[in-house]
Amino acid sequence: MNTKIIRLAVACSLALAAPMVHAQTTGKLKVGLMLPATGTFASLGLAIENGFRLYVTEQGGKLAGREIEYFSVDDESDPSKATDNINKLVKRDNVDVVIGTVHSGVAMAMAKVAKDTGTLMIVPNAGSDAVTGPMCAQNIFRSSFSNWQPAYAMGEVVAQKGHKTVVTITWKYATGDETVRGFKEGFEKSGGKVVKELSLPFPNVEFQALLTEIAATKPDAVYTFFAGGGAVKFLKDYSAAGLKKSIPLYGPGFLTDGTLDALNGEAEGLLTTLHYADSLNTPRDNAFRLAYAKTYKLQPDVYAVQGYDAAQMLKIGLTAVKGDISKKAEFEEALSKVKFDSPRGPFTLGKSHNPVQDIYLRQVIGKENKIIGIASKALADPGRGCRLL
Amino acid sequence: MSLTTFLIQCLNSLQYGLLLFLVASGLTLIFGIMGVINLAHGSFYMIGAYMAFALSPIVAATLGGGFFSVLVAGVLLAILLGYVLEWIFYSYLYEREHLQQVLMTYGLILVFEELRSLLVGDDVHGVQAPEILSGTLPLGDLMTYPVYRIFISAVCMVLALGMYLVFTRTRLGMMIRAGSANREMVQSLGIDIQFLYRVVFAAGVALAAFAGMVAAPVSSVYPGMGGSVLIICFVVVVIGGIGSIRGALLAALLIGFVDTFGKVVLPQAAGVLVYVLMAVILLWKPDGLFKAG
Amino acid sequence: MKPRVIFVIASFVALALYPLVAAGFGIDLITKVMIFAIVALSLELLVGGTGLVCFGQAAFFGIGSYVAVLLSPQDGPASVAWLLPAAMLAAAGYAMAVGALSLRTRGVYFIMVTLAFAQMAYYVVHDTPLGGGTDGIYLMMKPVLGERIDLDRPIILYFFTLFALILVFGFLSLLQRSRFGRALAGIRVNEQRMRATGFETYPYKLAAFTISGAIAGLGGFLFAVKDGFVNPELMSWHFSGSVLIMVILGGIGHLRGALIGAFAFALLQELFQSEAIFGAFAKHWHLGLGLAIIASVAALPNGLVGLPGQIRDRLMGRSSRRAQIEGMRG
Repeated sequence: MNTKIIRLAVACSLALAAPMVHAQTTGKLKVGLMLPATGTFASLGLAIENGFRLYVTEQGGKLAGREIEYFSVDDESDPSKATDNINKLVKRDNVDVVIGTVHSGVAMAMAKVAKDTGTLMIVPNAGSDAVTGPMCAQNIFRSSFSNWQPAYAMGEVVAQKGHKTVVTITWKYATGDETVRGFKEGFEKSGGKVVKELSLPFPNVEFQALLTEIAATKPDAVYTFFAGGGAVKFLKDYSAAGLKKSIPLYGPGFLTDGTLDALNGEAEGLLTTLHYADSLNTPRDNAFRLAYAKTYKLQPDVYAVQGYDAAQMLKIGLTAVKGDISKKAEFEEALSKVKFDSPRGPFTLGKSHNPVQDIYLRQVIGKENKIIGIASKALADPGRGCRLL
Repeated sequence: MSLTTFLIQCLNSLQYGLLLFLVASGLTLIFGIMGVINLAHGSFYMIGAYMAFALSPIVAATLGGGFFSVLVAGVLLAILLGYVLEWIFYSYLYEREHLQQVLMTYGLILVFEELRSLLVGDDVHGVQAPEILSGTLPLGDLMTYPVYRIFISAVCMVLALGMYLVFTRTRLGMMIRAGSANREMVQSLGIDIQFLYRVVFAAGVALAAFAGMVAAPVSSVYPGMGGSVLIICFVVVVIGGIGSIRGALLAALLIGFVDTFGKVVLPQAAGVLVYVLMAVILLWKPDGLFKAG
Repeated sequence: MKPRVIFVIASFVALALYPLVAAGFGIDLITKVMIFAIVALSLELLVGGTGLVCFGQAAFFGIGSYVAVLLSPQDGPASVAWLLPAAMLAAAGYAMAVGALSLRTRGVYFIMVTLAFAQMAYYVVHDTPLGGGTDGIYLMMKPVLGERIDLDRPIILYFFTLFALILVFGFLSLLQRSRFGRALAGIRVNEQRMRATGFETYPYKLAAFTISGAIAGLGGFLFAVKDGFVNPELMSWHFSGSVLIMVILGGIGHLRGALIGAFAFALLQELFQSEAIFGAFAKHWHLGLGLAIIASVAALPNGLVGLPGQIRDRLMGRSSRRAQIEGMRG
């Protein structure tokens, strides 16, 4: 009786561990999507996937002649489950390429596995500086940004506006820390000072005590980073605390991208920096926005663009090796040299595989982030600690 | 810290503490009177919050009411839920050991979370506070304090007073107090313990759900909100003394202040402080601050 | 040999042979489950062996993991010979401190105090720079033992873990039968009576706590080596709860219960998460798991260990009360 149980257990594990056979050049290309389907970043994950799939559909469902087979894992924006989750894609499903993710902590765990196993990975959002810094590798690419980029650009903008003292407030995790660091670098070089750095654990949204603290400190301006549901809550609370009228708020565009529909004017007039805006009005962007709106009945945002561009990158790499993904070296070489028209503008990669791009200055007018200028032209992340440089 | 800031932080502490008390009072009653460790209590808080979100369009369409109608509807639904749950599930837990109760209510948490996911989805939602409470009060020269948060504190205080009156002035309250001090004695006195349990349980669920509804506009509605409130509630109950409402109130306020001021004065230690507080109090008074009743 | 001894030996043999049929993912999974089994065994010593329900096992596990990562040098692999004992010592040290302070309380208060101390450890790594915050820290180079045992290779780690599991199981079995183990059993059954006979129970309980912490720390070390990554969630009360469930699910009072419980819990999770069986509904695997937990507690008062006995009694028409008594003797 007891040994039967063991045998049953072994059989179950066998069923779960059965390796899958996959073709190299002509069969379906296995794309593993590791994105948040639940939690505060769920809408971002959805936008990225929408953008990715839109591009593939526009290419007729095939990239470089190979049909795409999708494998999805919900990473729940939880770094503690990240290693297990990406192992499912890489070791159980044997995907050819991993696309993910939103949360920087999760992305770092993914990058470690990708680096160890040599699996190709394209990051469609997570801005963790480490991914194209100390953790950079031949097989890791990013179609989005590094946390440093929009933050540094905003730091320069805030300094130009004549503000001298700033309080920062964000979540306490890799992205929060790095965005504050980037901002400080851009801001303090003109003589200003970040007088206080406030933070709360991710994904906590109880801001009241910290907002009181900001009011007590009376800085010239406040720099903040939040995204998704947290951004909505923060903007509402900031306004309800009366601070919107008295202390100007600045931040990277994640604050207002994809969140304006849930707001009721609490973000009106806010200035943000980002590598995308809602009113770029270029032919490429207009075509993209139209296609996206038609397919999903939603307005696209920066996350959708990043997903879309990840697919573009993949296609260019695949075309260069004629669909044979086993030619890793050539594939990675081709990817590192990509040059294409992204809805955000011309797209190229720096040596650490992070996009080199214009950072736009935008203002919230109604339900749109309207571009009012370029905060920083062709800004490249310094890629500190990356051994590819 | 200036005087104004100090006062505002005190207001924040009071609001957080009172809300905690509302949820914890249900837990301490259920634990004290029925002897059931209910890990799923946080889920009731979550259910309340999600009801605030999901019911508003329905109530608006059918009854034409606003936020307050949603509150009433939600409380009624919560009482019904509590009654049914006690009948089909919790009544089987009284005879079981604590460990089994822990396990079964843990399983219940998982079930509730997934049902929520199936019925309402996994997105984060905001809930609008009603118009008349959406204003702000000017405090000091820069800051304004949201009226709604004052409303929360006021409502919690009214409920606390109501609970006090029920416990000390009504027959039901007398039975509950007796039951939490000595269950067997109450049973042998011929009081319908089954009915008493059901009432207490339904009340506990309603309190937690009401707290969730009332808190929804300030804390947002998100998956996992039950878990974070649960653990703090257990701390409140244990510090206050199992079965003691007075203890729950004192403990909740204590935690409200320690947590709020801790976040501002010692942000890195803020999380630990509450647990240090609990450890210190338990080492001084191993059975909590107050006896049951 | 008694059937349960055969069962245990057969299980270990099956585990030893498993790599012959498994692929990378399977080996990874079973290594993880074996680590959980080690932690479950450590908790079983407290819950089933001494009657102490500890809700903070995750802290000792997590400390073992974090110490393994924090003490590893950046440039070269550390030696298991000193890193492993260091991790276990740190976990044992914290367990001793927690035990010394918590053993003053009783019943549900004891449970809560152990939880409090676990939460303290959690917040230290969560909020302070020591632990790298919510994103955790990475183990850049995995440790080695001597010249040839490189724990970086999954198959080597698998057998190292299996070896550790067998050692822990054997050690705890011997402990159970020793004078020390008998004393713990006495404390579990009726501590007051023990004390009435002049027996000092406190040092025994503290010792059990410390040993339990050390074993959990061993599990933590292995986990850090397996994933190469540690984060504060390893110390969360969710994990403490999961380990408690493994022990209860398997059956309290039996060492093999911890083994069975760990495997059952982990495999149940994999089962409900499997898209092959549940399709799109696999996203809601918590539902199946929750229902399974409730059902098993309701139907299996003695845990899975008691299942064969229960089925046998059903078939033979014996009353369930008798089965419970017999099950307790197990």
